[in-house]
Amino acid sequence: MEQSKVIRKKDLTLLERMYIPEILKGMRITIGQMFKPKFTVQYPEDKFVPSASFRGRPVLVEENGIERCVACGLCSRVCPALAIEVQASETVENKERYPEKFEINMLRCILCGFCEEVCPEEAIIMSNEYELVFENQKDALFAKDKLLVPIEKVQARLDFLRSHR
Amino acid sequence: MDIIEPLVKIVFIFLITLTTVAYLVLVERRVSAFIQNRIGPNRVGPAGLLQPVADIVKLFLKEDIVPKAANKFVHSLAPLISLVVAMTTFAVIPFGNSIHLFGRDIKLMIADVNVGILYILALSSLGVYGITLSGWSSNNKYSLLGGLRSSAQMISYELSMGLSIIGVLMIAGTLRLDKIVESQAQGMWYFWRTPISFITFVIASFAETNRLPFDLPEAEPELVGGYHTEYSGMKFGLFFLAEYANMITASAIIVTLYLGGWQLPFVGHIGLPDLAVSLLQIAAFGVKVGLVLLFFIVIRWTIPRFRYDQLMNIGWKVMLPLALANILITGVALLW
Repeated sequence: MEQSKVIRKKDLTLLERMYIPEILKGMRITIGQMFKPKFTVQYPEDKFVPSASFRGRPVLVEENGIERCVACGLCSRVCPALAIEVQASETVENKERYPEKFEINMLRCILCGFCEEVCPEEAIIMSNEYELVFENQKDALFAKDKLLVPIEKVQARLDFLRSHR
Repeated sequence: MDIIEPLVKIVFIFLITLTTVAYLVLVERRVSAFIQNRIGPNRVGPAGLLQPVADIVKLFLKEDIVPKAANKFVHSLAPLISLVVAMTTFAVIPFGNSIHLFGRDIKLMIADVNVGILYILALSSLGVYGITLSGWSSNNKYSLLGGLRSSAQMISYELSMGLSIIGVLMIAGTLRLDKIVESQAQGMWYFWRTPISFITFVIASFAETNRLPFDLPEAEPELVGGYHTEYSGMKFGLFFLAEYANMITASAIIVTLYLGGWQLPFVGHIGLPDLAVSLLQIAAFGVKVGLVLLFFIVIRWTIPRFRYDQLMNIGWKVMLPLALANILITGVALLW
């Protein structure tokens, strides 16, 4: 019945304690690393293409020329940063309601993806666009003209959401 | 006439050293990036070659902050001491054999001193003042700790540095650096003849230049920035310059003492004109110094920093006995 066992690391051998051979071994590794392929992405020229699981800026899905959104306002209610503003109106389409005004303040948006989770119509989803730079506050207000994206462009994200639901 | 020749050489060396320092910083950044599978600065100018210019402009434009409670005079003096010491050491290093230009023989070293090595040792021990005074005058505990560490480290390693040179001096029989280089003709470099002395000297040089694995005076994790915590703008730039100038000087000394200086084996037998041979020898010196500098840089990105007690252990219990043993071995070998 040995309850505890003293684990002791082996002492360094004489050769290891002389440092110099070990340092040379280390230098072989560092010099070897110099000739390996680099991980750097040269940003403005090459851009990082995110996978479908990436949460970029939220967009509205446009199907057959009109948005899927029915202006229920859930996204606006759930938004922790109060970035979304929706004003509903009536339409002759099947869905009967549509957002007359849909505006996301991208300075407030924290890209949490709650709006996407809560949306019953899969109408607002997170895209893979991450370049969000503005020169003034007005440019940061994304209205429907900037938010609407044809469904083909965000199909990968929609498939990803289905497969993880 | 006699005043012009040294002046020209001084300006020449000064410019070369400063440009080398600027580009050494770039090389260090690029090499470290390559070692870490990155690319490094490559945006300013073609392949990043103008990065040093951008760095220097940035340092000049930064605000120069002096802490309220600092000793202002010493605070400004300290970086100058570091830099002056680093640059003046180069005065006695022969970077080529004598060259025949404009009808006169020009010796390629600024000061032909007959105690060259003693001059180097004396100046390199002055270098500690810059760091210690900067640590003390900043009125900051981290700076002070860095400065104290540096003085302890330099004093410990200076001893083994001086002792390891003695091996070379015994074989060469002179303190003149140009004679030491001449005695290494035909590839009989002291690197082969006294390997122990070479190793101890290189290690001591690392400690003297405060480079990793001996950069305890500026150990970032423990001491913020060490002795230059309270420095900004071009004063910090001067410390930076001094560190790299020190590196260049240290590698030039290593090359001069152990790697044959400007000697290029077999170049004298090909039958080239004298001028070409002289230029080739200067180039050989440059290439050797460059390789040693590269070694300095790769070592920095290979080994972690020593603990303070390990530093002292190695300095007093390993380096000193080794250097002494080397003197004994060299003496026995010479008698034989």
